[in-house]
Amino acid sequence: MKKNLKYNLTWLAIMVVGYILIDVLELVGVIDQFAETTLVLIGINIILATGLNLIIGFSGQFSLGHAGFMAIGAYTSALITQAIPNGGGMVLGLIAGMALSALVALIVGIPTLRLNGDYLAIATMGVAEIIRIIMNNLKITNGPAGLYNIPQLANWSVVYLFVCLTTILIVNFIHSRDGRAVMSVREDEIAAESMGVNITKWKVIAFVLGAATAAIGGALHASYIQTIAPNDFGIMESINILIIVVMGGIGSITGTYVAAIVLGLLDMVLQNFGTLRMVLYSLALILIMVFKPSGLLGTWEFSVRRIFTKLKAKGDA
Amino acid sequence: MHTVLQQLVNGLSLGSIYALLALGYTMVYGIIKLINFAHGDIYMLGAFWGYYVINQWHFSFWPALISAMVFCALAGVIIEYLAYRPLRNSPRIAALITAIGVSFLLENGMSYLFSSNVRSFPQVIAVKQYHLGSVTISNIQLLILVVSIVLMILLQLIIKETKMGKAMRAVSVDADAAQLIGINIDRTISFTFALGSALAGAAGVLIGLYYNSIDPLMGMTPGIKAFVAAVLGGIGLIPGAALGGFVIGLIETAVQALGFSAFKDAVVYAVLILILLVRPAGILGKNVKEKV
Amino acid sequence: MTLLDVKGLTKSFGGLTAVSDVSLHLDDNELVALIGPNGAGKTTLFNLLTGVIVPTEGTVTLQADSGLEVLNKKKPYTIAQAGLARTFQNIRLFKGLSVEDNVLIAMTSKNKEGFFESIFRLPSFYKKEDELHQQVLDLLKIFDMQDDADKLAKNLPYGAQRRLEIVRALATKPKILFLDEPAAGMNPEETADLTRLIRQIQEEFHITILLIEHDMSLVMNVAERIYVLEYGQLIAEGTPEEVQKDPKVIKAYLGGEA
Repeated sequence: MKKNLKYNLTWLAIMVVGYILIDVLELVGVIDQFAETTLVLIGINIILATGLNLIIGFSGQFSLGHAGFMAIGAYTSALITQAIPNGGGMVLGLIAGMALSALVALIVGIPTLRLNGDYLAIATMGVAEIIRIIMNNLKITNGPAGLYNIPQLANWSVVYLFVCLTTILIVNFIHSRDGRAVMSVREDEIAAESMGVNITKWKVIAFVLGAATAAIGGALHASYIQTIAPNDFGIMESINILIIVVMGGIGSITGTYVAAIVLGLLDMVLQNFGTLRMVLYSLALILIMVFKPSGLLGTWEFSVRRIFTKLKAKGDA
Repeated sequence: MHTVLQQLVNGLSLGSIYALLALGYTMVYGIIKLINFAHGDIYMLGAFWGYYVINQWHFSFWPALISAMVFCALAGVIIEYLAYRPLRNSPRIAALITAIGVSFLLENGMSYLFSSNVRSFPQVIAVKQYHLGSVTISNIQLLILVVSIVLMILLQLIIKETKMGKAMRAVSVDADAAQLIGINIDRTISFTFALGSALAGAAGVLIGLYYNSIDPLMGMTPGIKAFVAAVLGGIGLIPGAALGGFVIGLIETAVQALGFSAFKDAVVYAVLILILLVRPAGILGKNVKEKV
Repeated sequence: MTLLDVKGLTKSFGGLTAVSDVSLHLDDNELVALIGPNGAGKTTLFNLLTGVIVPTEGTVTLQADSGLEVLNKKKPYTIAQAGLARTFQNIRLFKGLSVEDNVLIAMTSKNKEGFFESIFRLPSFYKKEDELHQQVLDLLKIFDMQDDADKLAKNLPYGAQRRLEIVRALATKPKILFLDEPAAGMNPEETADLTRLIRQIQEEFHITILLIEHDMSLVMNVAERIYVLEYGQLIAEGTPEEVQKDPKVIKAYLGGEA
């Protein structure tokens, strides 16, 4: 009990120090407006990719439709904050976006999560495309032009807060009865069922949670960027999130952080290369995968507990 | 009645392009279980090759088509050698991301080298319209249909009758066992990429002729559609890919003819999902249960 | 008292009848073996009883605490929750997870951690986790595996993997344990250890065990009763002595004239 308190306080301290560090850097001008945007986009990508990692890395279900759930969150919260342009509207928009996204994931997930591997990938990609096409044709979403003048209620502090919150909740979920059940589905469905684990239920729960997380990412994206259009949420967006998950290491949340940061910084640096930017980006992608096929970190996870144990072992010696 | 027939003709010619592309997806998937995301971009390369040789070297249609097939076959083999072969024993999802990287590289590399502008494809064959009763069919549509079908028959012959075709089938069933009986896996996989990419190259030239315009991103959407077609028919199965291609072409034209063109992709995906729910391994696929 | 009652269980795959009209019963705290030549349908019978495959015909009823419970046509996880646990012939551990997690997963349905309790790390969560951790260690200790708790399952030696499969099945708190060839791939010494272990499980956990095994020394040593399966049909039933003398069994195994 006391030990757990120590670990949790350490984590809290890391998060607070991170916040202060960014704040100070911004104050002294090291982080300018451009760098802040990069930082916020990295944060949003972390939120999106952590949710997808829960689905792909921990429950072992290959979803290629993350952008669809992101779109639901973005549009729902954008419409609500346009009507109620204050913090209350933002909270309401986030909750409504998550709820709607979770509901769609539930309806879609129950039948499709029976599919295996690549068949599931293509079915979820289809679902995301259907969501995008519907938004492209609805009046309330303003068709292909999308929504603009969305009130900017999310600044970098809000995004930072949500990065911390979603990570804590997802990591807590993974290290509990529920998370272990989800991982057993990834490891061996037949053995899991024979041990009394209802595999369909846990697949759907992981999928729904991942979708709700995507909605948070979408809502923050809409609020920070202030304009959204259906084409922001196409197959390419799903793929970009997938790249972060795989490049970091499937099943490693720390890896998701590292990959999101590396790709974000890479993107920022490459801005100076103009049209050559995407060529270099794709080359980097190929080279990283060829030389590190299991991702930058594999399944390695940063752990405060392990550091304390090591320090203690050193102290005792 | 005549509109139905007319749409059938249009759907079949569009479907045959999807089918040609889907064959490449399905062959590569069958042999190394990789979703070759860059396949649609090979088709773009084929179209650009056709554009170049017709304009610069004044090739006529047939030499342009055949040289595009050879060029794309080479490109496919090189890509496999450089990008996919090092990852053959890695997790499948790593190979998938590499394929996505190759796709990005081809799209952006071509945009960088030749600009992302849309170009009009040279009209090497003058368009003629034939009227069969109330149905109009152009010589280009006929050409697409005939060339596609001939290529599909050729492919079937190669796979069923030649030694290399037998090797391909053996490797796709069990690569280790195939190696034990003396099949050269590397060469077989290269050959598979060559065949699939050649078909994509042909599709590129045909579509350039049909739609008159080409650009570096032209492979994205048809590439994904063709993959959907391969899955719909049952991925890894040659007849499934052909069937899936025609089915998707027909659905698209039908939805468009009914006046819902904004929703044509949505309908395609909805049909795909419904079919997968009934037949989880595609129309012709067999669902293999894991042995306990 | 009859714990599990199986009547007329049949499974056909297309034209092939893998298990045909099998009726058997398992009594409380009994150790029963199921033997038969290769391909007789033993594993198929296990798969039918544990719900991995659905029987074409027949009924399986369990004497549960709340009365009789019909198990055929139920999903594997409901059957497991009702009290039927199993191991696998070809080891099916959660390879990428730790030994402790393997055992914890088997406790999922008995574990009362709530969703919000877990994600918000309420004090009650830590209390429940500590209790579970202790239960796992106690269970591992019985099998002399307490030091392996943090190792990945795939890094265990073969014999330990087989033992972990048994521990994992026991963690579901079963009424009946199905062991599918637990001695496969073991040397005589390991098999002797296993024999002791199986007896110990039967006594300490007070459960019924049904065992598929090819190793006759093991079967004749531990089984109180034996069922013999050939071509999907039961051909004999009785004590080890009775079965050994049964001409039909001798014929099935030796193929000679009885």
